Amino acid sequence: MPEEVTSLEPPAKPFNEEMLIQRIRNGEHDLFYELIRPYERRVYSAAFAILRNQADAEDVAQEAMLKAFKNIRQFRAEARFSTWLTQITINEARMWRRKEHANIMEPIVDRQDEEGNYTPRDFADWREIPLETLERKEVRQKLAEALASLGEKYRETFVLRDMQHLSIEETAKALGISTASVKTRLLRARLMLRDLLAPGFGGSWSSKLFLAKGTKPW
Amino acid sequence: MVVSCEEVWREISNYLEGEVEASLRAAMEDHLRGCKHCTAVLDGTRNVVQLYGDERMFEVPLGFSHRLHRRLEENLPGNRRSFLGWMVAAAAAVLVAGSFEVARSSVFSRPELRSEHAQPGTGVPPDMLVIVSGDGKTFHAAGCPFIHDKAHIQTVKAGEALRQGYAPCVRCMKKYLTA
Repeated sequence: MPEEVTSLEPPAKPFNEEMLIQRIRNGEHDLFYELIRPYERRVYSAAFAILRNQADAEDVAQEAMLKAFKNIRQFRAEARFSTWLTQITINEARMWRRKEHANIMEPIVDRQDEEGNYTPRDFADWREIPLETLERKEVRQKLAEALASLGEKYRETFVLRDMQHLSIEETAKALGISTASVKTRLLRARLMLRDLLAPGFGGSWSSKLFLAKGTKPW
Repeated sequence: MVVSCEEVWREISNYLEGEVEASLRAAMEDHLRGCKHCTAVLDGTRNVVQLYGDERMFEVPLGFSHRLHRRLEENLPGNRRSFLGWMVAAAAAVLVAGSFEVARSSVFSRPELRSEHAQPGTGVPPDMLVIVSGDGKTFHAAGCPFIHDKAHIQTVKAGEALRQGYAPCVRCMKKYLTA
């Protein structure tokens, strides 16, 4: 079985997770591998959402997992382990960026006024699309590129809420912002992504030539 | 209540979350029925949420999990064991290391196939990207209707899939098997 295949869903029996954490605290450290297995991809993608670089995201994911192990006694059962782990990852990624890449400029969209209304750029008709298109690497690539072009605060919020399926409250807690800010950023992130994707993808999913070079905004 | 296009855009995210009150929802739906532009924005935004919410959007670099575990092994303290436990663990480690050596020395031999019915895929171009799934025994071309366990698929190079013991799907990879 390929090692990357792990589920994003929380474990079916949270009780087992609680029990695992307790046993790890009592010295059965090897069980930590079992505890984190369902979240490996989640942690990597949270790091990647901030850093947009595979090598950095992998380093940060490793650091975050180590930190989670070292601080396992501080985990409180009232939170979800996955949320706690995501929060550690976000903090690690931010620290990494400050330390290693302080001179990197943020994309221009980050300077947009968060409070102002967002007006869609065009109204391309993007009809229902089959999810099977995601099996095409070039489709996933275009989606990843569009996401990477968003400003960090929008990207972080979108990834936690819409990709990792954290609640609005959990997203707010993980990012250290208010729930109102989460909602505002989420709206803008979704509308910006639609603006980026709809003209290229709308109405032409079934065509092999739907991403003809030079005709799309990316 | 009558709402403008701008108000619809402002609330479209909350609308998708099911977080607008009934009267506003009714007003938005009334507006959407007569406004092609807002319907396009709503459809597209819904597509964005649906597409990015799919598990297939999470791709990790090949070998990520292996490298993560290795890093953890280097840094995590072992289980607290008795002396006898340590001896057993040491013996097991020697056996594991030995088996790795044996595996390495036979690197040019054919990997053990996951399915007894499979045919080795020697004709498949090793750099071609193929789909494997967690519980599956075969690898497929993207879009093959016989992909097993679609929720846990992964894209790898055919050479890597073969190395891991996956066999080519006899349907979508047929041309490489008969070649």
